[in-house]
This record gives sequence, C-alpha cells and structure tokens, in this order.
Amino acid sequence: MASIDDITADIIEDFEVFDNWMDKYEFIIDMSKSLAPMPAEKKQDINLIKGCQSQVWLDVQLDDKGLMLCHADADAIITKGMIALLLKPVQGQKPADVAACTYDFLTTIGLSQHLSPTRANGLLSMVKQIRMYGIAMQATSRP
Amino acid sequence: MINASLVDQFPILSQTVNGQPLVYLDSAATTQKPAVVIAAIVDYYERLNSNVHRGAHHLSQLSTDAFELTRSKLQSHLHAAHEHEIIFTKGTTDSINLVAHGFRSFLSEGDEILVSEMAHHSNLVPWQITAKLTGATLRIIPMTPEGEMDLSAYENLLSKHTKLVAFSHISNALGSINPVKNLTDMAHAHGAAVLVDGAQALPHTLVDVQDLGVDFYAASAHKMYGPTGIGMLYGRSEWLNKLPPYQGGGEMIAEVSATSSTYADLPYKFEAGTPNIEAVIAWGTAIDWMNQVGIANIEAHETELLAYGHQLLAEIPGLILYGSPRHKAAVLSFNIDGLHPYDVGTLLDQMGIAVRTGQHCAQPIMTCLQVPGTIRASLAVYTRRSDLEALASGLKRAINALT
Repeated sequence: MASIDDITADIIEDFEVFDNWMDKYEFIIDMSKSLAPMPAEKKQDINLIKGCQSQVWLDVQLDDKGLMLCHADADAIITKGMIALLLKPVQGQKPADVAACTYDFLTTIGLSQHLSPTRANGLLSMVKQIRMYGIAMQATSRP
Repeated sequence: MINASLVDQFPILSQTVNGQPLVYLDSAATTQKPAVVIAAIVDYYERLNSNVHRGAHHLSQLSTDAFELTRSKLQSHLHAAHEHEIIFTKGTTDSINLVAHGFRSFLSEGDEILVSEMAHHSNLVPWQITAKLTGATLRIIPMTPEGEMDLSAYENLLSKHTKLVAFSHISNALGSINPVKNLTDMAHAHGAAVLVDGAQALPHTLVDVQDLGVDFYAASAHKMYGPTGIGMLYGRSEWLNKLPPYQGGGEMIAEVSATSSTYADLPYKFEAGTPNIEAVIAWGTAIDWMNQVGIANIEAHETELLAYGHQLLAEIPGLILYGSPRHKAAVLSFNIDGLHPYDVGTLLDQMGIAVRTGQHCAQPIMTCLQVPGTIRASLAVYTRRSDLEALASGLKRAINALT
C-alpha cells in the first residue's frame, strides 16, 4: 500500500497537466464516477453532514486489518468528485497516519477553496470528521 | 432610459474574476455602490467625523445635520407622515427583530401571528421566537405553485385572534411582488398590525407607506446602492410610541437615575448607542443618486432586462424556472433538470459569473418547491444585456461539463 505522501504526490502530478480550470473540473467530475458507491444502509441521516449548499454522507469503519475503510457520497457532483479526491490518500491507511493527514496538497492543486469554511458544502466537516475517526480509531486499532 | 455608461459609475464592476470580466448577478444579496456613495464615506471621515447628537461643538453639529438629513430624505422617499417615524437600525433583520421584540409585550396565549411561507428567514425566525416566548400561535400563509401568496388561504387564516401579519413586499427567492395594500387592508379589517419586509422592494420601485397603509416597513441601505450595516424601520407613530424600547443605552434616554430612566422621544427611543454615522450619511447620497437616475427609469430598465433574461433562459434545455407570479421583480430563480445548483454555481463562478446558489435564506420555499436550492440571478440598474448573455452561455458550458 502506497503511503499518504506518495498518493498525494501522484495527485499533484495528475493536476500538473491541466492548464485551464475547465479541464481540472472535468477531471473532478470524472472522479465522482469512480467513487465506490455508498451502501444504502450507510447512507442514513446519522451519517449526514449538512451543508447549506450541498450534503455529504460519511461512514468510516476499520477493516479486519485495522485499516480505515471510508464510504462517502454527496448530492452534488463536484462535491462528490472532491470526496473521491479527498478519500484517495486516506482509504485503507492506518488510523494514526490519517489523523496526521493535512490535505495541504489541495493548495498546490488550486482547490483549497473547496475546503474553505465559507463554502457550506460539507467538505470541510467531512475532512475534519475523517481525521477525528483517525484519532479515535488509533486507540482501538493498537495491537 | 438608462444610459449604457451608467455602469462606469461602479468601480467594482470593471474588475476581472478568475481572469474573466466580472458578471455580477447577485444584486438581491447586495447591490454594488456608485462612486458618489463611496466618496461620501471617505468625505465623512475626512471632513465631518464626530459623534452625533451629543457635542455642542462645530463638527458634531455638522455630522448631526448630515445624519438627520438622511432621515428626512427617507421620510420623503417613503412618503412617511413624520420624520420621527424613521428609525435607524443595523438593517432589515434588526428592524424586524425590534418589532418582534416589542410585540412580546402585547401577545399572549390565544393570539396569532401570520407569516408568509415565502418569507426570508429574517421575517420568520424572530416571530418564531416571539411566539415561543409569549405562547402566541404562529400560522403560515401558504404560497401558490406560481409563487404568489395564496389570498384565499390568507383570508381564511385572518380572524379576531390575528394580532400581527408579517410578509415581504417582494420575495428575495422568487421575485414575486405582493399586493401590499390589499393584504394590509385585509389584516386591518381584523384589527391586526402589518409589518412588511421591504428589503427587496426599495431598490426597484417607489414605495409610499401611507398609501400602502402598513404599520411597519423595514429596509436595508446595502440593497439600494448604499453602505452595509445600516437600515431603517418605518413605523406609524401610534405603534412606535406604544412599543417598548428594544435596547437600552446612551442616546435613547431622557433622564437617568441609578435605578430608573425615562426614555427619549421618537425616534431616539429606539436608537441606543453611537450609530453607524458614515453609513447613514452615505445612504442619503445613495437615495439622491437613485432619484437622479429616476426610480421609474430603474424599474423600466430592470423590467426590460428581466424579459430578456426570461427569453434567454427559455432557450436553455432542461431549465426549470421557479415562480411565475403576475407581478415579478428583477429575480430569475431556476435549476437545470438533473443538476445540483451547487455544481452549476461552482462552474459559473469559475467563469467570473456571480450568482447565488442555495436556499436564499428561505428554506420553507425550497421545501415547498421540493428542491435542495435554486440558482438565482438578480438584476439591478447597472445590469447589462451582455451580463445575461454571459449567464446563458455560461450555463450552456456548465451543462456540457456536468452531463
């Protein structure tokens, strides 16, 4: 399994080829289609992060190896594509590594505005939530 | 007739966003300010800055005169009977809260407050709080599928229990213009007071509070080419004299001892503390500016552009326009079938097109329409045909990318 740093380096490389914003957004829209579907039983209100602009569902479990298994969905396509992007580095990682994931790469690829607290799209809450799961699960997954 | 060069009076509109010329279609959220209004703010600090009403010195006299001049301009602009019927507040929301707070003294169990389903949250939530605290019942006047207030439902809701009716003059989410005079007459026939949220009306049309017959009328400067952080409440003297003060402090008192005070006369009873002086003065400049352009000209320009906007949007496949009231002001509220408004708005933003997406602080309307939100393009006197053309082509581009 590649490390969080390796995966984010790959993402940065993916985005380097885009010289205009439309290509970048088309890539994000495509990514929304690659997101593993969220099982219906997990797409419940209890997993809903309400934003005034779009809504996000997030469920995080530990698999039998003690690694993080995240499922998420959104009602807006760009938000969903952003979720796919945000989950890519943390999916299947150790909780301790996820807890330390800063998502600094979003600034490098010019998409940090999607995590701005002024964008009520639920993504910032989702990222905070993933990290919280990392911190909480760090304790339970320790051998 | 609006001259095409009028847009040059708005410095902010000549900038680029994301490398493209700014297309500003969010005037219902706030209008941009003409250079004369911006200059009035600077002029205040360079020439007049001094606290109002207190000092006996020269500068204080000048700033007080300039401050009170705006009150008198508002009185004549709204055709209020008295200058002291104009109270300066922080804005429309603050004005409504002032009245909702005061009505806590008049309401009890069994009394009813009617609010419109089309209301902005600012004309709904204060009444929810007042109802909760007094035991009064809040009743909702529904809207029709066209986005108009349901008049027969309204008539059925009115009764001898109705103490106050609150609605907006023009809906911020759909642009529907309510028949204020008629609605007010109906409420008065049942002895109920009427509060109208005029935030979206004053930028577009002439308002005569005496002709409309309303008891309270609230508005904000920033939606009518003036500064943010200032608004007003018009209230009929009889009501304003009856209402208890909203906030205590300096300026609103006549005499104060350690344990009790008597309150100042209108309008100062409701103006505790140092007001937003420069904004009040610059608001006066904005009103003069609007009158120089001519309210009738503004209205005609926006009506023409709204029709053009409708025509352009009708050509876009899958576009669903919300609200088809008989009387409608400068708002285009819509969705693209199958697309989330946030996605469309995000891509338009990348193209330098500023629209509002979301629920427009009117969640009950969105619930009624069964949508997560809408895309709203709103117009003002500086809106050009080219802005609407940019919106239409931007929408086509966004649809291509998202489908």
